[in-house]
Amino acid sequence: MEFIEQLINGLRSGSIFALIAIGYTMVYGIAKMINFAHGDIIMVGAYSLYIFIAKVNLPPVVAVILTMLVCTILGITIEKVAYKPLRKAPSLAVLITAIGVSYLLQSLALLIFKATPIPFSSFIEVPALQIGKITISGITIVTFLVTTVCMILLTLFINRTKIGSAMRAVSEDKQAAQLMGINVNRTISITFAIGSMLAAIAGILFISQYTSLRPTLGTLPGIKAFVAAVFGGIGSIPGAMLGGLLLGVIESLSKAYISTELADAIVFGILVLVLLVKPSGLLGKNRIEKV
Amino acid sequence: MALLEVKNLGISFGGLRAVDQVNFSIKEGQLYGLIGPNGAGKTTLFNLLTGVYQPTDGSIMLQDKLLNGKKPAQINRAGIARTFQNIRLFKKMTVLDNVKVALHNQVHYSLFATLFKLPSYWKKEKEMDKMALDILKVFDLEGQASVLAANLPYGKQRKLEIARALATNPKLLLLDEPAAGMNPNETEELMQTIRLVRDRYKITILLIEHDMKLVTGICEEILVLNFGMELAKGTPSEVLNNPEVITAYLGE
Repeated sequence: MEFIEQLINGLRSGSIFALIAIGYTMVYGIAKMINFAHGDIIMVGAYSLYIFIAKVNLPPVVAVILTMLVCTILGITIEKVAYKPLRKAPSLAVLITAIGVSYLLQSLALLIFKATPIPFSSFIEVPALQIGKITISGITIVTFLVTTVCMILLTLFINRTKIGSAMRAVSEDKQAAQLMGINVNRTISITFAIGSMLAAIAGILFISQYTSLRPTLGTLPGIKAFVAAVFGGIGSIPGAMLGGLLLGVIESLSKAYISTELADAIVFGILVLVLLVKPSGLLGKNRIEKV
Repeated sequence: MALLEVKNLGISFGGLRAVDQVNFSIKEGQLYGLIGPNGAGKTTLFNLLTGVYQPTDGSIMLQDKLLNGKKPAQINRAGIARTFQNIRLFKKMTVLDNVKVALHNQVHYSLFATLFKLPSYWKKEKEMDKMALDILKVFDLEGQASVLAANLPYGKQRKLEIARALATNPKLLLLDEPAAGMNPNETEELMQTIRLVRDRYKITILLIEHDMKLVTGICEEILVLNFGMELAKGTPSEVLNNPEVITAYLGE
């Protein structure tokens, strides 16, 4: 029984990791860069939700929509201002810029909201579900539902729509896509918008569980989601989903059965092992360069 | 009337003049050939025409519209499409999707209709499927519509590239060595397809080719480049009998 409960806990945090990991993997697939500021979008999402609910007293649904909007606009703006001018720069310059943007967002939050954690009570009021001896909390049910819907919609979007197929084309060959009339800059903007929107949703779900706001709250989930994306095979969306879920489960089971302190070490240790055996990640393709 | 008018076109990479003082014009409906020894600047010229490179000097006009300074996607929408010397299909996408991606600028539906799968979305999707299949039929590829592009045999990948370029509805189609790596039978078949495409879609074609039989067999006019400069220009027989061309190809 306890095992199943731990498994459910793991899947819950794992599905949040998966939502964030999708943002990393999509941006990598299309812009060929790691957006290290992605984790901080979660933080901005959490604070926005706090302002809309606790300060402005908006109804939860409106607050959620506004939070998603804030993060989407933020994501597009970051790309336009910080990354787009570096489109032709070496990837190291882009990486350092991304780290800079990450610190900028954290420092701004520190300036505005100060370092003292702000308590936040969840607005999700769904009764817990009792199946036999297992209790599944309301927030867990909401998390599962929301992430499942997001992933289904995203998969349909990528595979069935014009913009989705333009995204796949750009991720394979930017130049050829351009020569077929696809607007690459617009496609990259849309990718950042979708990634940031998913990060906002992840931020809302995250803050509903961990009920306290700090300027650095996005860092650890951000890093873990990045690990999940690499673990699943960076660039692959199903890989990010799988990587996120596995990471959550491994973390939860290590906490329960091995050691709470060592849980992170075990998670990262497994990552190292997987990458040693399969450097391209679980669902990543091994690239054989033609000579 | 000239469809494409290229005047004094040139590009330098550092001190290297890859293309220099090139002048030519292509009439509507013409099959125009571009030949020259390796490194003569043929593909560079294609890259200039499609906006991959920006010219250092000279001008490119398509139907009296200046193309200098335009981005590749804009030039494609203005009416120039191309294939690549080394095949660059979207390999992880199906044959049908490769063509549909290229159709995107001609079919419009709103994001709203897409997200909620409104009837208008399905109608347009069907329309696009049909347009794509029609193009695939011309190239005998409709049977493999759902195959991944990477799994097509080589000759068919070359054809799919032409189909994809054609799907962007160009006025001018640039073919970069379409017969590279093909055997004589396949080349013969390709020649027929190229003629068919020109007649059926009423487009103009500029092609780079090393296969002399193909070039002289189907091109009405030929431009010969050597070291980035024009060596000769004219009908196939004029060009083939030009002593400078013979020297450039065979040596003294």
